[in-house]
Amino acid sequence: MDFSLSPEVVEFRDEIRSIVREFVTPEIADRMHTTGVFDAPELNLELGRRGILERACPGLGKGDPIEMYVMFNELEKAGAPYDGLAVALMIAAVVNKLGSDEQKERIIPSIISGEALVCMGYSEADFGSDVASIKTRAVKDGDEWVINGSKMWTTLAQVAEWLILLTRTDLDLPKHKGLTMFILPMNTPGITVEPVHTLGTEITNATWYDDVRVGDEAVLGGENSGWRTMTTVLAFERGVMGGTNAGVPLLRHFHEWAEANGVFDESTTRERMTRSVIDMQVATLLTMRSAWIAASGGMPGLEGSMTKVFAVEAYQRASRWTQATSGPAGLLQFHEEGAAGEGFVEYDARHSPVMSIYGGTSEINRNNIAERHLGLPKSR
Amino acid sequence: MSVDLGLSPDQESIAELFDGFFSNEAPPAVARAVEPLGFDRDLWNKVIELGAPGMGSAPENGGGGASLGDLVVVAETVGRSIAPVPLVDHLAALSLLTDADLIAGEAIAAVAVRPADDNGIWSLVPTGAVADVVIGVDGDETVVVRSAPPMSGPRNHGSMPLANRSAREGARTVLGPASLFETVLDRWKLLTAAALVGIADAAKELGVAYVKEREQFGVPVGSFQAVQHGLADLPVAIDGGRLLTHKAAWALDNVTDGLLDWANNDITDGPALATMALLFAADAAVMATDRSLHYHGGYGFAEEYDIQMYYRRARGWSLILDDPTTVSLTLADRLFGSVEG
Ligand SMILES: Cc1cc2nc3c(=O)[nH]c(=O)nc-3n(C[C@H](O)[C@H](O)[C@H](O)COP(=O)(O)OP(=O)(O)OC[C@H]3O[C@@H](n4cnc5c(N)ncnc54)[C@H](O)[C@@H]3O)c2cc1C
Repeated sequence: MDFSLSPEVVEFRDEIRSIVREFVTPEIADRMHTTGVFDAPELNLELGRRGILERACPGLGKGDPIEMYVMFNELEKAGAPYDGLAVALMIAAVVNKLGSDEQKERIIPSIISGEALVCMGYSEADFGSDVASIKTRAVKDGDEWVINGSKMWTTLAQVAEWLILLTRTDLDLPKHKGLTMFILPMNTPGITVEPVHTLGTEITNATWYDDVRVGDEAVLGGENSGWRTMTTVLAFERGVMGGTNAGVPLLRHFHEWAEANGVFDESTTRERMTRSVIDMQVATLLTMRSAWIAASGGMPGLEGSMTKVFAVEAYQRASRWTQATSGPAGLLQFHEEGAAGEGFVEYDARHSPVMSIYGGTSEINRNNIAERHLGLPKSR
Repeated sequence: MSVDLGLSPDQESIAELFDGFFSNEAPPAVARAVEPLGFDRDLWNKVIELGAPGMGSAPENGGGGASLGDLVVVAETVGRSIAPVPLVDHLAALSLLTDADLIAGEAIAAVAVRPADDNGIWSLVPTGAVADVVIGVDGDETVVVRSAPPMSGPRNHGSMPLANRSAREGARTVLGPASLFETVLDRWKLLTAAALVGIADAAKELGVAYVKEREQFGVPVGSFQAVQHGLADLPVAIDGGRLLTHKAAWALDNVTDGLLDWANNDITDGPALATMALLFAADAAVMATDRSLHYHGGYGFAEEYDIQMYYRRARGWSLILDDPTTVSLTLADRLFGSVEG
């Protein structure tokens, strides 16, 4: 095995690091926690302006395919708000793969320039893990489609330009077969957005669709092929667009506080810290493996499940012990005097639970590993 | 392209050769037959025929010149088969030893993983019961001692050929300062980590095969989700441990002055990675054998079933260096600097 990055990739990484140093300021972190929007437009624009987004976009960019992993890993380790960028780039890759020429021309440039975000409408109030059972309907009416229904957890809908929307188009087909994916502008008449506040500061949304009318130009990946489009989306995500090293900035923040407060000399703290450093290293190696498989032309769906199960639980362990070890200081929030890790210790304890829920829960991922990797019978 | 996380064609053939060799020559019954000593001379003689004892030694000394990246592949196959041969210890010891009979495997070398006490005794040396040569630290020196192996030792959890050995009696050579020994210990940690990954992998295979066969309530027990989820964690820990072990080998083979930048998760320091791999792989092996044994139900507790042999060795091989807290605190000093005063 070879764990080294080529000189070009090292140069690319260093460029990201210098952008991060300039753009990921404490003010940006503050803003994400006050607005509940985990996105930094100025950072996206800079990455777009320098051609980095195009270069890193799978299937589109001319860079080393490992660069997408490198970019998101750097952003995550720096604590940058990159969630919006991750979704947008993933959808750009899907449009590039499955979209018509007209869709590619209309949609991709707005994303890789860093200007437009995309929100994802798959989950509904009654269907999350069992997302193939969703009920939001799209019905053909002449040349148009008429969409009615509602979605839950449509994160970034309040700021996104584009919406990717999973609908049911055929009631007679089996549940996975009668789905169609649309991609449409968020300002299409008939869409309503209501905020949903969360434990982790992030504000997500419930969205409603009342007689939303679009033409065939909004169908992404073909009528009744929505599940295939979903699979493509997940394959591009493959656990390499961040979300696997969230413990790294936490450990850094905690360490600074612990050193300053004499807590870091204690052997229990040092042992726990060492264990978490090992976990973070393993998490990044598993992520790198997915990236490497994808870069070699494979589909690391299963490896993505493995990475996610390990990485989110490693982060949750780190969050649990850093808060406990900080004692009362681990209860104090951002900007409060004496807050452990400048408030990140408290914040991560509120943020970490979501990581084993969204984007496929840990149970769904374990089902996947048990069935597809271990070859165990479908569970009961 | 950067990064290649697959086995090289060479490593693939090494894995195939050794997995094939051990599954033919050393099914678990072989390990069972030589308990409690944990050493099979006939099997070692066959290992010699393969040229394995000197694989990692320099070609100019008659060795095979294999990289650590290749040796971890071998060590994993030793773990997978729990073959009762001291190949891991021997390969680690040979990072500083060039004697022809050691490279040929006619004499066996052991690593005294903890320094000698004031009386010059290395206690509980892994492979100490059967080794002709022991390398370790005595005072502030790295020494090698050649003396007759006791061929017996204390009965122990892992059925390992442990014995106390003297650092002063026998033909003793001083190789240099104690710091010289670090290379040997790094290599020992690395190869032991790989062997523990092998144990974990074999335990997973045993458990998965068992739950597919065993039926209760009219269905395979492997169709129960509680059982599935307990097993689903194993390939994750195994793959993680394997990647970390290979990264440590890569760093020890290729990187000088590696990074210890844990705050950015940028670690390429070989010695730190070897210790990380040992700690992680030990946990993986312990978890895999725990769960696999548990999902065998009562039969897992029966001596007749093989999983108990893996269960004991997972603990034996991972605790023989020291308790994991002590190991991780030493690593903490390397990562974060030591505590003042
Ligand atoms: C902050 C946040 C942001 C999100 N953003 C988006 C977004 O942008 N777009 C979007 O479409 N969705 C989004 N989601 C939705 C997310 O993907 C779902 O929450 C997730 O898929 C789980 O679905 P659910 O909440 O309906 O839980 P449920 O599916 O009801 O699950 C409840 C519990 O049952 C367990 N469970 C369910 N099925 C099984 C099974 N087969 N075996 C074992 N256990 C099972 C689950 O693991 C879970 O613990 C977001 C969610 C959150 C919290």
